[in-house]
Amino acid sequence: MTAQAILLTVNGTAQAVTAPPATRLSTGLRDHLGLTGTKVGCDAGDCGACTVLLDGAQACACLVPLAQATGRAVTTVEGLAATPMGAALQRAFLHHGAAQCGICSPGMLMAASELLAAVPRPDEAQAMAALGGVLCRCTGYRKILEAVLEAHAFLGDAPLGNWPAPPPPAAGCAVGARIPRADGVAKVTGADLFGADTAPADALWLRAVRSPTPRARFSFGDWAPVLARHPGLVQVLTAADVPGRNGFGIYPDIKDQPVFSTGELRYRGDVVCALVGDRATLDAIHLDDLPIAFENLPPVTLAGGDALHDRWPDNLLTTGRVVSGDAEAALAASPHVAGIEIETGFVEHAYIEPEAGWAQRVGDRMEVFACTQAPWMDLEEVAGVLGIPHSDVRIIPSACGGGFGGKLDVSIQPMLAIAAWLLRRPVRAVLPRSESMASSTKRHPARITARAGCDAAGRLTGFAFEGAFDTGAYASWGPTVAGRVPVHCMGPYRVPAVAARARAIFTNNPPSGAFRGFGVPQAAIAQEALWDRLADAAGLDRLEFRVLNALRAGDATATGQVLEHSVGLVACLEALRPRWLALREAAAAANARGGPRRHGVGIACMWYGIGNTGMSNPSTMRVTLGPEGLVFHNGAVDIGQGSTTVLLQIAADALGLPVDAFRLVLGDTDLTADAGKTSASRQTFVSGRAAQSAGAALRDAILLRANAGPEARLDWRGGTLLVDGRPLALDAPLEGIGRFDPPTVPLDADGQGIPYATYGFAAQIAALLVDTELGTVRLQRIVAAHDVGRAINPTLVEGQIHGGIAQGIGLALTEEYLPGRTENLHDYLIPTIGDVPAIECILVEDREPLGPHGAKGIGEPALVPTAPAIFSAIRDATGIEVTRIPALPHRLLEAMPR
Amino acid sequence: MTAYRRPTRLTEALALLAEAPLPPLLLAGGTDIYPARAAAEAWMRPVDRPLLDLSALPELAGIEDRGDYHRIGARVTWAALREAALPPWFDALRQAASQVGGAQVQNRATLVGNLCNASPAADGVPPLLALDAEVELAGLGGVRRLPLGGFIRGNRQTALAPGEIATAVLVPKAAPDAAARFEKLGARAYLVISIVMVAAVVEAAVGRITRARIAVGACSPVAQRLPGLEAALAGQPLAQAAAVPAAAHLAALAPIDDVRATAAYRRQAALVLLRRALTLPAEAHAA
Repeated sequence: MTAQAILLTVNGTAQAVTAPPATRLSTGLRDHLGLTGTKVGCDAGDCGACTVLLDGAQACACLVPLAQATGRAVTTVEGLAATPMGAALQRAFLHHGAAQCGICSPGMLMAASELLAAVPRPDEAQAMAALGGVLCRCTGYRKILEAVLEAHAFLGDAPLGNWPAPPPPAAGCAVGARIPRADGVAKVTGADLFGADTAPADALWLRAVRSPTPRARFSFGDWAPVLARHPGLVQVLTAADVPGRNGFGIYPDIKDQPVFSTGELRYRGDVVCALVGDRATLDAIHLDDLPIAFENLPPVTLAGGDALHDRWPDNLLTTGRVVSGDAEAALAASPHVAGIEIETGFVEHAYIEPEAGWAQRVGDRMEVFACTQAPWMDLEEVAGVLGIPHSDVRIIPSACGGGFGGKLDVSIQPMLAIAAWLLRRPVRAVLPRSESMASSTKRHPARITARAGCDAAGRLTGFAFEGAFDTGAYASWGPTVAGRVPVHCMGPYRVPAVAARARAIFTNNPPSGAFRGFGVPQAAIAQEALWDRLADAAGLDRLEFRVLNALRAGDATATGQVLEHSVGLVACLEALRPRWLALREAAAAANARGGPRRHGVGIACMWYGIGNTGMSNPSTMRVTLGPEGLVFHNGAVDIGQGSTTVLLQIAADALGLPVDAFRLVLGDTDLTADAGKTSASRQTFVSGRAAQSAGAALRDAILLRANAGPEARLDWRGGTLLVDGRPLALDAPLEGIGRFDPPTVPLDADGQGIPYATYGFAAQIAALLVDTELGTVRLQRIVAAHDVGRAINPTLVEGQIHGGIAQGIGLALTEEYLPGRTENLHDYLIPTIGDVPAIECILVEDREPLGPHGAKGIGEPALVPTAPAIFSAIRDATGIEVTRIPALPHRLLEAMPR
Repeated sequence: MTAYRRPTRLTEALALLAEAPLPPLLLAGGTDIYPARAAAEAWMRPVDRPLLDLSALPELAGIEDRGDYHRIGARVTWAALREAALPPWFDALRQAASQVGGAQVQNRATLVGNLCNASPAADGVPPLLALDAEVELAGLGGVRRLPLGGFIRGNRQTALAPGEIATAVLVPKAAPDAAARFEKLGARAYLVISIVMVAAVVEAAVGRITRARIAVGACSPVAQRLPGLEAALAGQPLAQAAAVPAAAHLAALAPIDDVRATAAYRRQAALVLLRRALTLPAEAHAA
């Protein structure tokens, strides 16, 4: 059967699509009509990113055969603004901060538009039912819900982006203002270009051939018959084709992960080789047709096995330690001691955008366009595998559809670069969802044993922690996790004696890497459970126990660091106290009524060091004034968290001009300076400080040029800079460069030093009910108090808190990645809109003198306390101490007292 | 390229089916076929079964009242069921309709497709088993009916013969005030495969149960009726129905351990859900 023209109406325009009739509608829209606003997250109806309207009814375009759209009206995000309510909804999304990374936004908008067409002022239950089929991994859904419920208030005819937001804040007033995202319009119109949204028309496609089993030896037979049978198969790439080093990895001295394996495959998803050719050919090739012989080997687990890598004969990648005082002696002398053992599983990042991008060779330079959190690290990896100088690689980050740590490691970039380098043709790749999940890094599963003691008055005396972290097949960020955990595992408390050890151990599991919190969320579960037990033993309220022991300014940590400033934990707890008392009273009243559903209220705290652990992590920002206008060259990748907006607010105030004066140049390594990776909650603090310096440096240059004093007023009028009302004549461009590297001192063998220049602090309350007959948990409310130093943009800060809480909920209750079994988004369960309760955010602003305007970070702190607070509440409701995580219903029910 | 046909008459569809050299997959909403393809393609195991698209067949459309039963055509989606004005004994089925997947899936997926997919966790099966539904099967030789319990033969197995298309599900009428309830247990709010679900259809007179029909899903390869429990409920006061289910009534179930739950949990949860389902019809009758 040949492809035939299928006639349909798309956004009011008649279209003919010549494609096979069984083609997915999503493919027809994106590849044939160029309407890439419709995103593809799973091709299975699990994520809803591709939601469009089919004759007004929402449908996953990935599940609709093109032929079934014949004669029907399809509405995509590109056509949403054609109706007043559609445009209002987009404005509401901007105003409420409902789009973060933006990959789910088109699907959310279309799902909501179906509802709003019928019910312009829906209630929350109606909105949830309408949006229940679209997954979002960034926002925690609450701001999306607000935007949908309030969309009717944004009806009007002003253009998108100008309304209803008031004019941008005046010069010097951007910091602290709830301005809409600087990159928001493209996210709510579908115009933003993610990794899969663009590539040259003549690009070849690349598919990796991956190991179907956790551990195997393999060998190749004769490829000639396969190549002869498939003329569209242009090249098979193997380890022998790697021009440079066949290895990559986060640490400069650990490049242990091969681009293409040599002889042994170390996890399900490890790369055997790659096929390059036209898409139809690659789609039709069957693994069994390839001349690859696999011989399965017994997989290595945490329980032990053969050495995975010659370099680590005992499979121990690294050990992190912090020792201060004599913890064992302190515990032996303590009137109250509690102990716990917990086990957590793999957690998948589940960004809705699978890894995608393309590469091309330009002369003897390599250019890679792909989704990433770390363009400069990608640059180094690409240069390494090609064996070319760093200066010959250019990384152009696409819009990044969620990262959460999972896009810090390279994925497709080395393979694409090798293919494009050798073939001298552009080459692109888009990972299918299951391949993304199988191949990418995960949160480390942890087995933790911890003990803690306190005196009769409830003051902590000692803490002992031993953690084994399954680091999987390759090192990735394992050393970072093993380093961070011992520093953080006693939590933000005064603990006189600490003995903490974390080991990262190789297994034949997926590489465990970076995931929002780097091991700290797992450790916090053990630590906070112990505090609840000790509080009970000492006869103290759980919140008051934490107030009693909380770190305060002037205290020394277990690493010997004296915290001079910005230790806002007590303020967080005090802000929570009225809500704590009220929620506990409400729970007690509800429980007094009896029944199988028991109410509980829990609390947990956290601290989080901002930036790299005891090592340099600088950022450089640049602002220029010249023929191209006022340009902010910002190399920090915004993966949805909002750094593009926040850094602009900071730079604008430092310069003294409003944010709309700036043109933005983002991410491209040829055009921006190295801002460091988007991880460790560091961009607001580190790059923010650099942006502040850059803005101030340009201001100084301008004032010098104008011979004006420091109080001079700058204005931006129609592309011209006015200094105290007079146009500034420029005979050469001016620039301001700012650089910041937070001061730290490396940790010694006992973990003593100054690992971080500053820390975020937080406390969260969870109120919930447990169905004691079914083991299910229904969250009712989360109250989150976070010391962020200064909220540069409160809407974005709240968005980070909401999103972190949603991921914490998943970690606590539903998410468990099992290789080969839950590598899709219907067996791996991230929270839906119905799983995130109302969230109250309390922003505590205990200024950090080193930070821009006193700001610290929020990305990871938001997630850390949620799961422990939920477990604290479960224990409050039922007496059960959760030790096997996630607390799936059958696990909770098994633990229920009978 | 996948061979694909979209006939516009049932006879044409049956003829295409009869002459197909390779048996085609029957496609309606596509919500099972496309995900299965994606999973296979991700691991380089593409499938190239031809597709026979049933979505243009008028004989498969609509819900009709045919006197002593309702006929639900094979093209009827969950959303159509959810929104339909149907007698109260359909309440369990309509509750299931509002809990399958998300709104996008409900708008596209069909009830009959759910039956033909024959997943042990198919949400449509327990409510229909509890209504003694039959499946209407059309072939070139004519139309036959099979009780739903006989149509689904096992995990992903049906009695659909080569050359046949399931064209409708037929639901006999219950007593006018029959109450029906569906209880679904999943690990999250939307887009969730059931860990366990139960359906109950209860008929009563003067406060006593005259007939109770109970089915449990996701606790055996095919959802099952519980005749022992049904017998025990007959004649009981409605107000005490919830106290009747006991572990022994679930003896015939054969739940498994999987990523969603353990077998033991499923057994326990089924009992709890049964008690809850049987509380609510009592309330409905009282109202």
